[in-house]
Amino acid sequence: MLLIDCPHCGPRDEIEFSYGGEAHVVYPEDPSVLNDAEWGRYLFYRENPKGDFAERWIHSGGCRKWFNAIRNTATYEFKGTYAMGEKAPTIKEGDAK
Amino acid sequence: MAENPTTLHTPEPPAVPLDEHRLTPAAHLAGDMEAATVTGARSVSLRELQFPLQIGLRGEIGSESAQLIEKELGFELPSRVGQVTGDPMGLHVLWLSPDDFLAVDVSTRQQPGDSDRYIDALAGKPGHAVELSANRTVLELVGAAARDVLAKSCHADLHPREFGVNTAITTNLGKVPIYLHRAGEDVWRIYPRQSFADFTVRWLLDGMKEFAQDEVL
Amino acid sequence: MTTASSSPSRRTDAAPGHGIDRSQPITITFGGQKYDAFAGDSLASALIAGGNLQTANSMYLDRPRGILAAGVEEPNGLVTVKARSEDDIDETMLPVTSVEATDGLEAFYVSGQGALDPTPDPALYDRKHMHADVLIVGAGPAGLAAARAALQGEARVVLIDKENRPGGSLLSSRTAQIDGTDGAQWAADTIAELSENPDFTYLSRTTAFGNYDSNYVIALQYRTDHLEPKHREGVSRQRVWHIRADQVVLAPGAMERPIVFSTNDRPGVMLAGAARTYTNRYGALPGQKIAVFTTNDSAYEAALDLHAAGAEIVALVDSREKASEAATAAAERTGAELSLSSAVIGTNASVMGDRLAAVSISELDADGALTGETRTVDADLLAVSGGFSPTVHLHTHRQGTTTWNTEIAGFVPNDDVTGEHCAGALTGDFSTQGALDTGTRAGAAALAAAAANAGFDPGSGSGDAKAPSAQVADEAPLCGAEVKPLWLVPSATGSTDDSFVDLQRDQAVSDIERAYGAGMTNIEHIKRYTSIGTANDQGKTSGVNAMAVLAHMIGEEDLGAVGVSGYRPPFTALPFAALAGRERGDLFDPARVTAIQPWHLEAGCEFEDVGQWKRPWFFAKDGEDMHQAVQRESKAVRDSVGYMDGTTLGKIEIRGQDAAEFVNRFYTNGFKLLKVGKGRYGVMCGVDGMIMDDGVTMRIADDRFLMTTTSSGAAAVFDWLEEWHQTEWPELDVTLTSVTEQYSTITVAGPKSRDVIAKVAPGLDVSNEAFAFMEFQDAELSNGVPARICRISFSGELSFEINVDAFYGLSAWKLVEEAGAEFDITPYGTETMHVLRAEKGLIIVGQDTDGTVTPDDAGLGWAVSTKKKHFIGKRSLEREDSQRPDRKQLVSVMSVDKKTVLPEGAQLIAKDADPTPKKGSVQDPVTPSNGQVHSYGFVTSSYMSPNLGRPFGLALIESGREREGEIMKSLVNGELVEVEIGPLCLFDPEGKRRDG
Repeated sequence: MLLIDCPHCGPRDEIEFSYGGEAHVVYPEDPSVLNDAEWGRYLFYRENPKGDFAERWIHSGGCRKWFNAIRNTATYEFKGTYAMGEKAPTIKEGDAK
Repeated sequence: MAENPTTLHTPEPPAVPLDEHRLTPAAHLAGDMEAATVTGARSVSLRELQFPLQIGLRGEIGSESAQLIEKELGFELPSRVGQVTGDPMGLHVLWLSPDDFLAVDVSTRQQPGDSDRYIDALAGKPGHAVELSANRTVLELVGAAARDVLAKSCHADLHPREFGVNTAITTNLGKVPIYLHRAGEDVWRIYPRQSFADFTVRWLLDGMKEFAQDEVL
Repeated sequence: MTTASSSPSRRTDAAPGHGIDRSQPITITFGGQKYDAFAGDSLASALIAGGNLQTANSMYLDRPRGILAAGVEEPNGLVTVKARSEDDIDETMLPVTSVEATDGLEAFYVSGQGALDPTPDPALYDRKHMHADVLIVGAGPAGLAAARAALQGEARVVLIDKENRPGGSLLSSRTAQIDGTDGAQWAADTIAELSENPDFTYLSRTTAFGNYDSNYVIALQYRTDHLEPKHREGVSRQRVWHIRADQVVLAPGAMERPIVFSTNDRPGVMLAGAARTYTNRYGALPGQKIAVFTTNDSAYEAALDLHAAGAEIVALVDSREKASEAATAAAERTGAELSLSSAVIGTNASVMGDRLAAVSISELDADGALTGETRTVDADLLAVSGGFSPTVHLHTHRQGTTTWNTEIAGFVPNDDVTGEHCAGALTGDFSTQGALDTGTRAGAAALAAAAANAGFDPGSGSGDAKAPSAQVADEAPLCGAEVKPLWLVPSATGSTDDSFVDLQRDQAVSDIERAYGAGMTNIEHIKRYTSIGTANDQGKTSGVNAMAVLAHMIGEEDLGAVGVSGYRPPFTALPFAALAGRERGDLFDPARVTAIQPWHLEAGCEFEDVGQWKRPWFFAKDGEDMHQAVQRESKAVRDSVGYMDGTTLGKIEIRGQDAAEFVNRFYTNGFKLLKVGKGRYGVMCGVDGMIMDDGVTMRIADDRFLMTTTSSGAAAVFDWLEEWHQTEWPELDVTLTSVTEQYSTITVAGPKSRDVIAKVAPGLDVSNEAFAFMEFQDAELSNGVPARICRISFSGELSFEINVDAFYGLSAWKLVEEAGAEFDITPYGTETMHVLRAEKGLIIVGQDTDGTVTPDDAGLGWAVSTKKKHFIGKRSLEREDSQRPDRKQLVSVMSVDKKTVLPEGAQLIAKDADPTPKKGSVQDPVTPSNGQVHSYGFVTSSYMSPNLGRPFGLALIESGREREGEIMKSLVNGELVEVEIGPLCLFDPEGKRRDG
């Protein structure tokens, strides 16, 4: 059971959170100017790296705030969390589990 | 412990008009709660508070809206997780998120229109004040064994070092989402939503049973 | 029933018996025989004390077997334990070594498989959460030393141990002294001393079975089995502990390995350490004439202990060429002949029984081949030691890696798990002083790390904690001395069929050879090909040996190279009942109920589960079945008036200067111009343009809306709105608050509903002019309760919704009941609601839609604004695929025979589909055995309608709207049924009834 550091509530058990997929995928300013291929790319394509990945999470069982996290997809380790609108923290390399 | 632990519960405010037309969500279990009271060194008892006023207050801490609400409250909104401001035996406010708070007055029974002055105070500014007295019920678990009863299904760290008197958080009791407020040394208020009240009470009563027995480690 | 007097007692006072209380005699019954035992005994030790170490025969090969081990790794002895009391049931497949003997206990052996007791288990199980700064697993010398070092200042320390008393390896030692005190006593004293601190928790009989991310350890505690059986209301028999620890100290010890040789499975072949444990911990001598076979020094300590307890040591067989100090000393003191560079190559049983009677010993040459004469020595016990495997299980649960250490011939954990500290034998240091030293260091390091993380005062425990000092005579720790593993002793006959690797699975070297021959060279493949390691002991004694045999075959020295088999939870088997805990019966899952539930219960309605909600399904009267009840309820609403508990609909308050703009961005139709006091139906899509929810949203004030959602979609929609507000549009001034549970909602529907509302809210002008469709009014009910009443219809009838604060819900419901009595008002449930709305062609999201349905597909094209520049999903609705003319569209379907109620999910096929196609047929087949069946769509909802006088349904069908009037077919219970396609709305298509 991961311990996730909510930017507002501090470390809480994983079961209080829900996953929101890749972070920093911006909703197009004006979807109507995109052609089908461009819109399809926004709609259907996401990164799936092995390693550090910026993700959106919501503390649904707590403050109900969305936030971003850098998580290693191979080790599950959360390297840092940051509130919406904040800049991503600098992450040092390491493979702690 | 010589004193009857039930006296440690929050005192009951007097009845108000319209009370005869309303029921708390766990009213049908009042007798079961009474019968389940455990006295002695491992005391624990459960009771449902009667219609305490609950108002959802919304506004970013530090914003003009928050200040307008604070002026109406007469004290500051809590500004960090776990914090409770005001009087835990009277009007107080629980922190739910940086812009979400629950005002609770356990010294009075809610009456229609009680929340109006807060929405009026906002005067069109961002935020909100929402009547939520019927949204959740307030259960009060009291006694030396109360923390142990909670630990049987609450994953939060309730040890006194981490969860002092007058701390409140959003958490779970098993599968039930709740607010949990430690209102006194051995006084824990549990806020399940209305629809979960029946289950939550039965769940807690089940968890209390063992404390009436000789202790098994 | 006979008594154990037939077997001589093997209990001896010449051994310490650290684990038993000789002043507390007890009696158990095993396999119909009575055995005298002492409190503290395990079933295994009680049996061994009674002279009986033979278990049931093996499961597959029916070979006689005996107790091999003294701990959880036991592969042979599996037992069924009879119910201890009326609050208990029979339990099976328990290792004989893990069950604590208690007075009156009855048990018997099973051969590899036991039968579950079919009676419901009346015992209680529960869970408890605990938070620790330092959690220590294992209360041996290392764990105890760690606890002493960690329990300083404000630290919260938890020590869990699977045994019934602390001490671990100290309980198995004859001579160990710690700081001048007997080792077992020191362990008990240490626990007593630490327990004076309220922030220290010691849980005995508690096995950590899983170690999860961020130091979340789950452990099973046996709470009552060892106590006098009696009814204890509310007290669980077993408890699953969920422990979140900042730091974890693992001190689980190590497990001894058997040696693989021909007929190594005979009863009487026992791990040397186990023989020592039975002797010193339980005072039970497992044999009288004992041969010892070892690859390392540890077995000599066992030889001396057994000798001291009165056994004759008849042979010392050592794989190594040179006599170690320990070997020479043991040979001298026991008088046994020491055979170096030798191995036991076979065993014999007596003519009269199955138990070991003699062992065959042969010399090995430098290549490990048999050489010289084989000699036979009479023995009733062969104590074997193939070396020790550190118990790395909990470490590997966390993806922790291990390295093969040739010095100890075992896998040791690497330091690669955050917040984990290893101590004692787990580190590969098998000495008692090493355990105390590594334990102390681990405890101090854990304390320092936890204090820094949690910011508490670590007191004086600043890392220079002094380790206790051990004095152990005759200790022969493995480390330092040479180990010469003997992975595979050659067989005299050449056959490896009886050189066993996994005793519980009856898998021998020949089985690994077969797997290897089939091309398997990785241990994970071998495991699956042979089933080695998959029995309920999970290969604790066979895992490394299997790898070694494989490595031997492929000529690999480093066992790590054949693939390390990681371990998954649980470490030991546990009952499902323990995992279920208190979530059984009435407490299985929270049932959400409305304030009107007491009335529903009294009315005896049937409930439907909608998410976690219990919703009244139908209210059967006078022995009606569901069909009859629903027909009556449906007709009552259309003919007079009905009322329904609609509380579960989701409700969200939206306030702010941008509230109208915000709402407008979600619904496909326009909401900006909605007037205060009015409501509008809206459809909400995902970004992909597919329907995700629908409902009516009312404008309470210029800056305030009340949105209703579907019952099951309430939480998802609230989250959806929050997500967009928080992540994409934080600049909008809106505040969202869920008020679902603040209100009770009562729907009053039917031609007479206006009359009922007029009585319930006497001050309200309910005329069509004053109170139009899709309007709402604040009103006072006749009992003075404030309410908001809306004119909304989900049935096509004149219909009102009364909303009151939830605590008034029941009294408001009763007001409606009283007011409606003169119109024979009828309570109805969700099934009738479904029939009524389906007659009108109104969708239920999630029933008639499945995430692939656009508003237009569902016949809601009218609700998609063409003027709005933007709403969520708009761009996707413009995609080519969303505009295909052959998309599945929602239409009504009616069986032509007017009798068949089509099953929901029934597929629709072409009218001329051919049930018996001939070669070259151009028609669609009916069943897949005749080729690909073309399904044009499927039924999403289906009911018998009393108002239409026939069964009907809704269906999603390719180009459905074009097919109106067409006949299609559907296979129902093996019969082809003709189905007519109709318009979406079948009842009152002009909507004349809406205004009464």
